[in-house]
Amino acid sequence: MRRGQRRRQAQRACPALELVADDPDRDARVFEPVTAAVEGLTPGVEVVRAGVVAVPARGPSRYFGGEEAVAELLVDRVAEAGVECQVGVADGLFTATLAARRGLVVPPEGGPGFLAPLGIGELDQPAERLAGRAELVDLLRRLGLRTLGEFAELPAADVLNRFGTAGALAHRLAAGLEERAPSRRRPPPDLTVEEEFDPPVTRVDSAAFAAKAIGERLHAELARRGLACVRLGIRARTEGGTELERVWRCAEPLTAEGVRDRVRWQLDGWLRVAGDGGLDGGIAELVLDPREVIGADALQLDLLSGEAETSAGERAGRALVRVQGLLGPESVWRGVIGGGRGPGERVRLVPWGDPPTPERPAERPWPGAVPSPTPERFATGPVPVAVLDESGAEVGVDERDELTATPHSVVAGKGSPRRILGWAGPWTAAPLVRLQVVLEPNSEMGERALLLAGDGSAWWVEGIYE
Amino acid sequence: MSLARVSTFSGEEFAGRTLPVRPELREVLPWPGLRRGATVALRGSTSLLLAILASATAEGSWAAVVGLPGLSVLAAAEAGVAVERMALVPRPGTQLGEVVAALADGLDLVAFAGTTMIGAAQTRKLAARVRQRGTVLLPLGPWPSADVELRCANARWYGAGTGDGHLTHREVEVHATGRGAAARPRSVQLCLPG
Repeated sequence: MRRGQRRRQAQRACPALELVADDPDRDARVFEPVTAAVEGLTPGVEVVRAGVVAVPARGPSRYFGGEEAVAELLVDRVAEAGVECQVGVADGLFTATLAARRGLVVPPEGGPGFLAPLGIGELDQPAERLAGRAELVDLLRRLGLRTLGEFAELPAADVLNRFGTAGALAHRLAAGLEERAPSRRRPPPDLTVEEEFDPPVTRVDSAAFAAKAIGERLHAELARRGLACVRLGIRARTEGGTELERVWRCAEPLTAEGVRDRVRWQLDGWLRVAGDGGLDGGIAELVLDPREVIGADALQLDLLSGEAETSAGERAGRALVRVQGLLGPESVWRGVIGGGRGPGERVRLVPWGDPPTPERPAERPWPGAVPSPTPERFATGPVPVAVLDESGAEVGVDERDELTATPHSVVAGKGSPRRILGWAGPWTAAPLVRLQVVLEPNSEMGERALLLAGDGSAWWVEGIYE
Repeated sequence: MSLARVSTFSGEEFAGRTLPVRPELREVLPWPGLRRGATVALRGSTSLLLAILASATAEGSWAAVVGLPGLSVLAAAEAGVAVERMALVPRPGTQLGEVVAALADGLDLVAFAGTTMIGAAQTRKLAARVRQRGTVLLPLGPWPSADVELRCANARWYGAGTGDGHLTHREVEVHATGRGAAARPRSVQLCLPG
């Protein structure tokens, strides 16, 4: 039997089949004790959806003696909660989920090989509520791509052009790559959303209502900042003061509905425990804490806001993420200005999508800094030069960081010397000294200015004013 | 300078479709600003590029600079560029054309070096794309289909003496040549950074 099968066929395969209506809320309630059982064995449990939990494998497998040993322990522990389970181990969440359904341990780096022969339909996982994923799978099938491997072999750039961001995301999954977008980051601390309930929530229907309100608040808050959540912490306090916490992890950015569903499922799960007398009262306070967010550009924007109107910043962000898709996350940068004495030290380049924090504070004084303007271009490789005085002897630096003679010309390599029309410095930022020189014209471009750096024994071009 | 000569648009109709530039550069451009969808080739001066990015990004525009691994973000900030709205793609490799095309979809100004790596067919596609999207394309090198080419010449530096003072600014001549309305060469003196 498999998902998506017709009822008649399923009943033919298994005559004793009992039919139950689809009810994610009930699933979530029933699943909470399983999550609790796994949590009893290892910390860091993250719920993917009712029926699937993820745990980091590295810590526990070292502690319990190997991944297989952990898998066995998990099966035993969950059996004590009254259900059977399957365990899979792999590099990423998507791959691990498929491995679990087959009870496999996929070795490190073995993800792509494991995924390649699997059917293309595996891309359409339930509970993600991804608009268009089923249509995408259907389209890929009609294009003759039957396995994940065949899809993964297409060049990423072509997939992006043909199927857009949603297609590129699916392509990364099929190739066994990290499922999340390159611009993953920790959210700013003030993004949590809180709600107090008076009277406390004790019934499932009031939980659903509470989940809708607080979920939409969080989602709107994230969307306002151009973010979407991929790991959601849900914390609750009961009337009696017990603190509950659960982390939901998602392979793909949560939509407004996705947030709401997970909050409701979690509340249902806790209330079931409460109904069994396991909790001291109803839920009095709820906190949503996005643990990990990504730029909303990774999600199709219309899923987020439903508005066609997008700001210049959003349009730019989407184009830049697209370039990251072409060249990799470490291809698009933005510069952040901080403190420092050399012109290179003052700029930190951060990959697009990462938080722009400077390396060194800009405010404090930096003695020895060369006054502005800064050269527009750094020399990207070493360009050694000699600074000569009028007699053609090399100009160096003495122990008091003064020049040993008056500079007259600069020569690079075997070239002819270029006369110095003006110079300024040196500025000392131990162990380096820096010198500005203006060279006579040798083309229609006119005068040329350079920033030279020296360490006492040699000079080289650090920056070019152009 | 007579605006009436350069186009049939009225000043108001143009206002929303141009990005701001330094007043001196308006003298040599055939438009009252940088016309959206136009291609302006820049030759021989990173500081001229920064001056152009400064006026536009200060008003909220987004810019990308492709293929200039040595570009100093500090110099850009000093020149007045809103560096938080300037993205850098220093090493596009063989995908230069694709990268520039993708950026032209979403950014207001796209500057790129390595212009000779882009073939004639891709050039025509790019021109059509920027016209449709209203992006200003700034090739940093020879670009046959540019609307205007700005070339810097005869730089003169001020501020540095004989070991005293420090460089403060340079004066350059900016020469403009181009097709159609901009066909008559003109030039203007410009202080950089200014």
